[in-house]
Amino acid sequence: MLSFLNHLINGISLGSIYAIIALGYTMVYGIAKMLNFAHGDIIMVGAYVCFFAVSSFQLHPVVGLLLAIIVCTVLGTLIEKLAYKPLRQATSLAVLITAIGVSYFLQNAAQLLWTSNPKLFPDIFNGAAIKLFDGELIITVSTLVTIAACIVIMILLTAFIDKSKTGKAMRACSEDKGAAQLMGINVNRTISITFAIGSALAAVAGVLLCTTYPSLVPTTGSMPGIKAFTAAVFGGIGSVPGALLGGILLGIIEIMAGAYISTSLSNAIVFAVLILVLLIKPTGLLGKQIREKV
Amino acid sequence: MKKFFTSKMKKSNWLVYAGVILAFVVFQVMSGTGALSSTMEGQLVPVCAYVVMALSLNLTVGVLGELSLGHAGFMSIGAFTGAVTAAALEGAIPNSGLRLLVAMIMGALLAAVAGVLVGVPVLRLRGDYLAIVTLAFGEIIKSIITNLYIGMDSTGLHCSFLNLNFTMQDGKMLLNGPMGVTGIEKISTFLSGFLLIMVTLVIIFNLVNSRSGRAIMALRDNRIAAESVGINVTKYKLMGFVISASLAGAAGTLFALSQNTIMANKFDFNTSILVLVFVVLGGLGRMWGSIIAAATLTVLPELLREFSDYRMLVYAIVLILIMLATNNPTLKGWFARIFKRKGAEKE
Repeated sequence: MLSFLNHLINGISLGSIYAIIALGYTMVYGIAKMLNFAHGDIIMVGAYVCFFAVSSFQLHPVVGLLLAIIVCTVLGTLIEKLAYKPLRQATSLAVLITAIGVSYFLQNAAQLLWTSNPKLFPDIFNGAAIKLFDGELIITVSTLVTIAACIVIMILLTAFIDKSKTGKAMRACSEDKGAAQLMGINVNRTISITFAIGSALAAVAGVLLCTTYPSLVPTTGSMPGIKAFTAAVFGGIGSVPGALLGGILLGIIEIMAGAYISTSLSNAIVFAVLILVLLIKPTGLLGKQIREKV
Repeated sequence: MKKFFTSKMKKSNWLVYAGVILAFVVFQVMSGTGALSSTMEGQLVPVCAYVVMALSLNLTVGVLGELSLGHAGFMSIGAFTGAVTAAALEGAIPNSGLRLLVAMIMGALLAAVAGVLVGVPVLRLRGDYLAIVTLAFGEIIKSIITNLYIGMDSTGLHCSFLNLNFTMQDGKMLLNGPMGVTGIEKISTFLSGFLLIMVTLVIIFNLVNSRSGRAIMALRDNRIAAESVGINVTKYKLMGFVISASLAGAAGTLFALSQNTIMANKFDFNTSILVLVFVVLGGLGRMWGSIIAAATLTVLPELLREFSDYRMLVYAIVLILIMLATNNPTLKGWFARIFKRKGAEKE
């Protein structure tokens, strides 16, 4: 029973990371209608920035995190400006391939800059943990911080989208770009802001990911990126609560499948569950059913 | 076959056939006279396999209009089925060409079965959801093959999943879980690769020019309109998807039997994406574009060897620049004006 609880907590922690990454995917998809495949690699860049800040420059981890957020936000905005903005009118497939190109670029640039030798991410929390029931239930501080960060980000983001003027503009853009433009909303700027927010979230996710799984290589971000993307689809792409739900469920399923069935099959089980969900509810758990008009 | 000759073929299709034959002859002569470097020589069969992959994915994305991100899954099924079949039949069929053919048919058949299994439920989904399910399918196939063990001895075939739980005295392992298939006899030749490309082209062009092909394209252009004039959505979508899957399976077999070792990790998401890049760069629905893009981009990393460490970086930049140049309206207009001016000067 206790081991089940342990797995559950680990699952929620991993799921929180997926949820934060999935938020980036889902927001960009909701507004720009594009799958940003480079998102996973921005996570990796964030993790590297924090790694160097903490281990090479001996900075405080919080400073490292802030630096990572700044670098990733700038990087995300820059990528958007150089690679995606010229393709606003192009087909979604063209944008998808460009995003793949950006992803290759980031991975290979990272490999050149930092080599492919795995870097051991510093243990920011010194392995501190809360032990309950005679040490049978161990909750590490990094797990708690991850879950707390996810909750805080969710609340802030929901408030931002619901209450602020920019958030309103984002909602308007995701509903109807043309109408939003006619109402005086700067659509291009709104899309850029969405990218910036998504990239900042990716930086946070990268640092959190590496506190839990400390081995850092240039391809660190790609698998979590793909999984977070499936999490976003799982919960209903374009929906913020959906990303949270999808991320957490995906994390729990992955850890449980690894613990009780087989570690080497856990990925297969995650994806099989995804297929089942999509077959039963083709727009994801919380996705909106859009009626087709002729 | 009769239909193939009597049907009115487009002129451009004949040009594609002619181009492929010409390329084959040129490279065959070059490899015969030793004009090709050994790395290029080794690339010939994989290039053929990737060309077939690109053609097959173009059928799904360009003609059928469905985005697939898991095409490497079908390639993987074909590769492992083909490699295991070829190894198992080593004693039964001594002729390597015939063995390759049997292996390829087995690979294509199993990939087609997988295509039906995935296609029936999945083709109900639309757009990006279909993409994500095919992605998931590719990952599932990878995990399953990584955990599959197949061995053969005098008593017959042994098979187990997750753990190696059979013992053999005199046999050999055909598929060894995460280690994949090792010690493959390289029976794929450039000629067989060329023939597979030709067969693929015949199948695709005939499908596209047939009644079914027109139904498939009608569904792509406007599903609701096509459905309302009585086109069976599931039947035609499935037809296109399964043909595409089986071609990918055959390409997988061709590829596997040109390598020493294959592992399930080789056919992951990145491979699917790589093939998709060929298709989109070559142009959706344009078969000759896919052939050129697949051949060029498979060889490009080799040609960029002098940049050594920077080659994949250059590859990425080239990819982004090509996409920007071909899809940005400003740049496109700019190019059009340059070419127009050149044309005017000629006159």
